Parts: sequence; C-alpha cells; structure tokens
Amino acid sequence: MDILLAIGTRKGLWLARSSDRRNWEISGPQFPVADVKAVAIDTRRETPGLLAGVLNSHFGPTMVTSDDLGATWSEPDDAPIAFPADTEAALEGVWQLRPGPAAEPDVVYAGVEPSALFRSTDGGRTFELVRGLWDHPHRTEWFPGGGGKALHTIIPHPQDANRMAVAMSTGGVYQTVDGGQSWKPTNTGITAEFLPEPPEYGQCVHKVAAHPSEPDRMYLQNHGGVFRSVDAGQTWQSIADGVPDDFGFPMVAHPHRPGVIYNFPLTASMMRFPPKGRCAVYRSENGGDSWTELSDGLPEQGFWSAVMRDAMCADDADPAGIYFGSRNGEVYASADEGDHWRLVADHLPDVLCVRAAVIG
Amino acid sequence: MATVRLPSVLRPDAGGAAELEVSGATLGAVLDEIGMRFPALERRLRDESGALRRYVNFYVDGEECRRLGGTAAALGPGAEVMVIPSVAGG
Repeated sequence: MDILLAIGTRKGLWLARSSDRRNWEISGPQFPVADVKAVAIDTRRETPGLLAGVLNSHFGPTMVTSDDLGATWSEPDDAPIAFPADTEAALEGVWQLRPGPAAEPDVVYAGVEPSALFRSTDGGRTFELVRGLWDHPHRTEWFPGGGGKALHTIIPHPQDANRMAVAMSTGGVYQTVDGGQSWKPTNTGITAEFLPEPPEYGQCVHKVAAHPSEPDRMYLQNHGGVFRSVDAGQTWQSIADGVPDDFGFPMVAHPHRPGVIYNFPLTASMMRFPPKGRCAVYRSENGGDSWTELSDGLPEQGFWSAVMRDAMCADDADPAGIYFGSRNGEVYASADEGDHWRLVADHLPDVLCVRAAVIG
Repeated sequence: MATVRLPSVLRPDAGGAAELEVSGATLGAVLDEIGMRFPALERRLRDESGALRRYVNFYVDGEECRRLGGTAAALGPGAEVMVIPSVAGG
C-alpha cells in the first residue's frame, strides 16, 4: 500500500509518502511563500492527479495541477479560475478543490473567496463560474467569517450529478437539485450565536461531511454547535452532547463506515484552543449520539494550537487512516481509524489542509 | 515603446526574459499587451478586474505608479517600468 499525504500550509506544500502510515518520507516545501488552503488528490484516474490552490502574497492566487504525484506542477496560460468581467469580482483565494462524482470523471469543483463555486470539465485545468449560485439573491448578504468570505465545502451527490451541497462562512449550507442552476438554503436548526434569531441563512458553518453510501445523512461543525441531518439537510439536530465543547472547525466522515465521524473540539469561541490544552480528536460511531476521545499518542497538555476546517481528513484505505495538521505545524496520522496516533511531521508552518489517498 | 524590467521571480512567466519591450501609452495599456503575450505573467501583476496586485510596485521612470495615477500612469517614449515586489510577507 502506498499512501500519499498532501499537507498545505500557510507557507508552502509538503508531500508525505508511506507504506504503513507509521513511517513517512516527507518532501517540501513546494510553493514556499504561498498559502496553500486547498489540495485534492483525484483518484479517478490511473495515476492520481494532484490539484492545489496556491496564494502568493505578492502575485495573487492561482491553482496548479500535477500529473506525476507532485514532482512537477503546471497551470494553463490563461487563468484557471477567474471571475468573468461582468461580475466585477476578482479571485482572492481557492479554499476547496473537490473532484466530482465517479460518473463525471473529468469534473472538478472549486470553492473560492469571495464566495463562489467554479466547475471544471477538464480534470481541473480550467474552470467556469457556476452562475446559478453567483446570481443567488442572498449573495449580497453573505458576509465574511473570521478568515474571509469563502465557499469552503463542496459535497457532490455520489449518485445524482444534479445534486450538490455547498457551505460557506458565512452564508450557511446551500443545495441544488438541478445541476447548479438554482440553489436554496438548507439551514433549519443550525444556530448562529452572532445573530439575534436563528436565520434562514447566514450561519457560520465551518465544515460539512457526508458518507458516500448515505449521502442524505450529513454532519456539520458550526461556529458553535455540532449538527446532524438525516433528511439531506432539510433539518438539522444537535449532536453536541458528549463533546467537551461544541466549537471547532473540521468534520470528517469515515470513507467506508456510515455514521463514523471525527472532529476536533475547541473551547468556544473566544478561546479557540482545545479544552485545557489537551490535544484530542473526537470520534462518534453512531452518527453523533455519543462520542469518544481519541488521544493516544497526542500531546496531553500544553497543546495551544487548533486544527482548521480542512486540516483533518481520512484516506480511502481499509482500515481507514485519519490525519490532521495543526496551526503549530504538527501533523499526526492514525493507521487504525483514530485509536492510536503518531507524529508525521512537525515544525511546519500553520497547516491549513490535509488530504490523503492510496495511490498504489 | 517601454522597457519593462522584471524581477527574477517573474522571469519564468515571461519565457525567461528579464526585460520586455512593450508598446503602450499608459501602464494599463502595457499590461494589456503583456496579457496578450504572457497571460500568466499579467495575472501576477494585476487581478482579473484590472486592479494592480497590492504588493507589487511599478516604478515608471523612477516614480511608483500609484503616485502617477496607477494604471493610468502615462508612459513617454522610451519609458522604463521596473516591476519590484514590495516589502511584505512573513
């Protein structure tokens, strides 16, 4: 088994390879002064493709692709992602890259700042704006979360290419059933502590995950609150009992076991550190009815860092590997679905995203 | 015709050239022509709405362009445009 772990940080991209998820060979940095918030490993082709959103502080954002597992990268002459002139908008950053469903092997989606969805039909080389979402009348009322006004979550329906969910901070969850032509907010039950009343939209949703074999069951880490939907997002219920705090950023669904989810609780919302400085991932094996602390091999105290929304992931192996990276530049991996953890790398810049996959 | 001098970090986007001879009566026009010839280079210098990248300075005959009207900065014959990344980042 050959596992590739891509680690995007505030100052570059690192790539790690392992055959056992315990011992790693690490290379990097690539794009050394660039913010890499989004990475994807597209396993729908014989040699997996890599995609990365790269933001250079001087020269702006772009996205790049690799057909040789990260040895070399390229971008087309014309901007791969750019807002059309009539929008009077300009790309500020790429926050999410998500390969489309298996039935559309050349489709890749990008979520960007300012909040917008782009779609590629050439494997992620070039993208077009999804107008249906950009033209939504709510758009002018979406406002920035602490990190910016961005579309950070994209969940294509695994069987129905016309269905998709996206999430943004702030804005909440929006879904389409007609291939992106129209969208509606699906946030009933999701709280917004920074607004006087629970709104139809405008929640600061941090991350949403769904299991590929149960796409109508969705799990959501909010800015205050952890939620589950069993009706494809039409309504949401709290599943925060059992976690030490309901603030946090990532939400990860197990790739093979429905109902198994992971998050990384932080003390809300003016602290934003793990409770008592104890580094711990939390796992539920029943869709959030109960939770278990997973901390074997993780720092027990003095861990004054946090895990960002895309800095936790699962690979697609069986048993699944779980990974996370922290703002203090540490990356941990578990080869046994979270029961035990080992350090992959440390002394990296802030980790913004991790993605892992079996590549051989 | 203006001479546009590029920092080393941007030369790969100009086919390796350290200098470009570009026609244009204003900085904006020069960037338009750069965009025709080297689109990847152009988007390092300004975004798709035409706004100059905030941390890139353009010295037109020794004066930073933002004191001369930004992209409307007029370029005389034989003007020199030096592209210099500003002091930024961490």
